[in-house]
Amino acid sequence: MNQQMMIEAAALSKRYGETQALDKVDLEVPAGSILGVLGPNGAGKTTGVRILTTLTAPDGGRAWVAGHDVVTEAPAVRRKIGVTGQDATLDEMLTGRQNLVTVGQLSRLRRSQARSRAAELLGLFELDDAADRVVKGYSGGMRRRLDLAASLVMRPPVLFLDEPTTGLDPTSRQRMWGVIRGLVDEGVTLWLTTQYLDEADALADSIAVIDHGRVIAKGTPRELKSATGSQLLEITLTAPHAGAAPAVAAFALGAVDVSDDGRRLRAVVRHEPGLATTLLHALDAAGALVDDIAIHQPSLDDVFATLTGADTAAESKAIVEGVLA
Amino acid sequence: MSATTTALPARTAAPGLFERLLAWAGDVWVMTRRNLIHIRREPMQLSDVTIQPVLFTLLFIYVFGSAMVLAGGGSYKAFALAGLLVMNLTTSSVGTAIGLSTDLTTGVINRLRTLPMSPTSILVGRTISDLLAATMCSAIVAATGLAIGWRPTTNIAEVLAGFGVALLFSFALSWMNACLGMMVSGAESAQGIVFIVIFPLAFVSNVFVPTQGMPSWLATIANWNPVSAVASACRVLFGNPNPSGAIQAWPMQHPVAAALIWSLGLLAVAVPLAGRLYVRRTRD
Repeated sequence: MNQQMMIEAAALSKRYGETQALDKVDLEVPAGSILGVLGPNGAGKTTGVRILTTLTAPDGGRAWVAGHDVVTEAPAVRRKIGVTGQDATLDEMLTGRQNLVTVGQLSRLRRSQARSRAAELLGLFELDDAADRVVKGYSGGMRRRLDLAASLVMRPPVLFLDEPTTGLDPTSRQRMWGVIRGLVDEGVTLWLTTQYLDEADALADSIAVIDHGRVIAKGTPRELKSATGSQLLEITLTAPHAGAAPAVAAFALGAVDVSDDGRRLRAVVRHEPGLATTLLHALDAAGALVDDIAIHQPSLDDVFATLTGADTAAESKAIVEGVLA
Repeated sequence: MSATTTALPARTAAPGLFERLLAWAGDVWVMTRRNLIHIRREPMQLSDVTIQPVLFTLLFIYVFGSAMVLAGGGSYKAFALAGLLVMNLTTSSVGTAIGLSTDLTTGVINRLRTLPMSPTSILVGRTISDLLAATMCSAIVAATGLAIGWRPTTNIAEVLAGFGVALLFSFALSWMNACLGMMVSGAESAQGIVFIVIFPLAFVSNVFVPTQGMPSWLATIANWNPVSAVASACRVLFGNPNPSGAIQAWPMQHPVAAALIWSLGLLAVAVPLAGRLYVRRTRD
């Protein structure tokens, strides 16, 4: 793979009134890879996308997309990018086809080219049946697909997707993931913002976690997860057993919480290979019969708690209380 | 998926001025057509240039006209039509403020701004589609007038010149409304603010009644109101009664020149201002 950087941000900053939306952000995305930008609402994800797609000027720092400066060479950047925003950028009063043709023509395609490209995209995104209906009547999933199609009219080498699956039902979400994977197979460089750890995990080559406008962690999904070692364990016993809690305690980071009927046990445990098997062996050795065992992956909240340095005991307590509440 | 890294063969941004102008005109045309599709989808959007002109023309001529005796003679019908033409064009120019404001507050603008299109075509496309709507409005007022007995007494060239003067003013007002639409936050406030400006502009004039009967301070405002100049210019060019011709104020003595100066002056201020407001509005 060409290791040329398709997207580069250097000390990028932006302030809105009292809010430091971006604070000296340094990020780069090699050609043909996906960067997942992960963060809660208001972390600065959308501001980043707006600057990189020439919609907003930064207060400080510089950024380049496909080698062009986003401030001084904005028109050149616009010829290289596709953008799908959090809010659909479609024209509600036009049909799906008219939306795509309009985008094509405004991107300076000839009308005939714009029409054939629109037809091609409507087919790819399974929107043929709805192509000549007004967008106003589209479902959420259809809008997202049309919006993404509109971003692909010019086959841009760099694509920005701002929370492309937020608010979608699971089926539409899976479908969108399939589309995104397909794009990357074609060699597109992708900047993907998301609130969902599983989405970044499933799609991204590398992840940047941002909070309060700062990049608080960068790495591959695997690296980030191992940085967040703790997971929540839940066990349901067939019958209460005195030996169960001590057996689990050996793996727990804090106290083991036992329910009133003595059958349900909860604890925060550290991630390690073969954890479930080892636990079952220990419970079996103690003589306890297990109905159900579940180990929950660290949530985004956990990742943040760890990355922002919350101490483990408080964190364990918070997680257990959160589950019990 | 077929999204490969090879770009489609776009019309390349040629360095020549002529090619750039051609590309710009193409963008304007695409934006204009898009606005016209909107109108076709929601014909009620057009009611202010279709139903309203018919209603206003009939109501004013038959309700006011029944009690109106024009100083200097002539029928109220013959006097009022040019006034109603200008009034309808003035009030319908509000559509520009509402349409532009709606575009700027929905996600559509974000899509447009990431395309390699000419940003000014958003403004120009809007005012041109509104000019087309205004042309339709003028035709409807004229047809209504003809149906109830209004007759121009000059030749076809002068009559067309009269409509031309009225439409140029309507185009200038569209640009002013574009500015107002970008100064406020949303379509509703655009509607509100614009009516505060547009209604006094339309009514404190010689559109419905000769200004001679007004209190002198009000008559002075009305005589210098651009709407009065345009209405008088139309009356002169249509060969209809124009009592304002007797007033010793420069615009009333030279209504065609005054109408053109007002319109071009308004354009000279509003077009660059609209460009600036657009940049300010879309900065963040």
